[in-house]
Amino acid sequence: MKHFSLMIRNLTRRPGRTTSLILLTAFLAMSLFCGTVVVSSLRRGLNSMENRLGADIIVVPAEAESKVSMKNLLLQGTIGTFYMDASALERVRETEGVEKASAQIFLSSMKADCCSVKVQIIGFDPENDFVVQPWIAESLNHQLGDMEVVVGCRVETDVGNNFRIYDRNCKVVAKLASTGTGLDTAVYCNMNTIHILLQAAEEKGISHKIDSGNDSEVVSAIYVKVLSGTDPGLVNNRLNGHVRKATAIRTAGMMTEVADSLSGVSRTIAVLIGAVWLLALIILFIAFSMMVNERRRELAVYRLLGMSRKMLSGMILKETALCSFTGALCGTAFGAILVFPFTTLIETSLKLPYLTPDAGSVILYACLAMMVTVLVGCAAGSGTASRLSRVDPGTTLREGA
Amino acid sequence: MQLRAENISRRYFRKQGEANFFEAVRPVSLTLESGKLTVLNGKSGSGKTTLLNMLAGLLIPSEGKVYLNETDLYALEDRDLSRLRSEKIGVIPQGRSAVDTLSVYENILLPGILYGGTPRTEEAENWMKVLGISGLRNAKPAELSGGELRRMAIARTLTASPEVILADEPTGDLDSDNTAVVLSALQQAAEAGKAVLVVSHETDAEAYADRICHMKHGTIEQG
Repeated sequence: MKHFSLMIRNLTRRPGRTTSLILLTAFLAMSLFCGTVVVSSLRRGLNSMENRLGADIIVVPAEAESKVSMKNLLLQGTIGTFYMDASALERVRETEGVEKASAQIFLSSMKADCCSVKVQIIGFDPENDFVVQPWIAESLNHQLGDMEVVVGCRVETDVGNNFRIYDRNCKVVAKLASTGTGLDTAVYCNMNTIHILLQAAEEKGISHKIDSGNDSEVVSAIYVKVLSGTDPGLVNNRLNGHVRKATAIRTAGMMTEVADSLSGVSRTIAVLIGAVWLLALIILFIAFSMMVNERRRELAVYRLLGMSRKMLSGMILKETALCSFTGALCGTAFGAILVFPFTTLIETSLKLPYLTPDAGSVILYACLAMMVTVLVGCAAGSGTASRLSRVDPGTTLREGA
Repeated sequence: MQLRAENISRRYFRKQGEANFFEAVRPVSLTLESGKLTVLNGKSGSGKTTLLNMLAGLLIPSEGKVYLNETDLYALEDRDLSRLRSEKIGVIPQGRSAVDTLSVYENILLPGILYGGTPRTEEAENWMKVLGISGLRNAKPAELSGGELRRMAIARTLTASPEVILADEPTGDLDSDNTAVVLSALQQAAEAGKAVLVVSHETDAEAYADRICHMKHGTIEQG
């Protein structure tokens, strides 16, 4: 029987006390790990969205904003099917201060046509696009051909499969990396393909006609990049005055709104974690204080038999560290089980871009959560260890003799 | 081996009459020699346990010194004093002194492993047999009677085989048969060269003593 086995016996033969300590520390580790992962995922989601958006202004049909929130369209993949005359693209390009403009056409798939839920189909012009193309280029090494589609990471299909939209077969040529936004559930194709699909939708009775009657030349949104050094606000105002039946929206406003929401959620999570930690720490200190009285006699025996104060406090600290480590390991593992399978649910509930960190970062967060929990557990136990190591064995053993 | 107390006293701050402190042990000197069993008798509250704790290096005297051979116990750091107590001084305290999470056998082997030594299994078996607790080997302290716990504590000290044994009321919870067994075992230890001190308020131990001292109001009347 060596010191370590003595320690294990002390822990295993007091299952109630040991389990309580493990549960408390597990709770601490779980809250820290889950909170960190959620906040980090939100930050990554926002960064990803900023990187992917790439446009300063979006021009949409005037009625589009009443049909769907632009923020929701981008963040949650809300289906938005609205159209305006394609001539708006030329009007935008003519506007002073516009460097680049690129149009997209949105179409919604029918439910149960290709997927378990409706998906947003986005047609873009690979020649002029500066929003989607650079991102698609990361996953596709050739120009997107006719009847070829690139799908978001959460669309349930694989590269090489046929993807059926309105009874038309499209070939999946690439699957995009996760962005943590609604773009993950979108399907991308070129303008020829989207026009074929619009026609197919028309045959199914889903109209995309606009008031002008020109149903072959429509666009849903025009993404605008302003000239360097030009005030986007000014260009936005010019576009609103220059392009008929359209509304220009600055993306910076959307991003600020999202960043504000994210900041609020982060603060709430931080406060919640703080409250959980405060509560758990109070319970932990109470548990350790109760342990002082419970173990006083046992530790007096160790002192009597020749354990020094340092050895005694070392033994208590090692026991605490072992309990805290076990708790931290269980808490982090349980936290992972809780937070990762429910990524979509969390994203939907928070209504914010949510991009889970890569494996390396997750391992780092797990290690940090465990380390902090073990350190806090040891810090909480150190006072007890110090008090217990100072027990007067003679007097203690006589008490209640 | 010699454990020697030179004019040690112990005062506690407690209002008593005109004084602000209570003198549990007045300056006393006592020497415990190898191969001798000394019995220290006295009524409850006479200061016997306080004196024993000071001799064991567990309670710092208000005045005076305690020497183990030429080593001044209270001049040592806690680490060195603890190690010395582990190796050379065995204390059988009053009351329960078992680690509840360990079995009787593990409790008896405990002193030997604190500093990484080899468990003294043969000695443990022998003393458990002598003291009649072999059948309780795997029992937990919570399952034992007061007398059995007391014999376990005595077996633990005898198994460790320290050079000085300080026993505080070792027969307090025992019947006459077991009292005889325990006192014989302590006498056997003294005959084997240990310096043994038995503190008791009863007279049973006197028959086994090489020397008897009486303690009264914190002072020793040499026997």
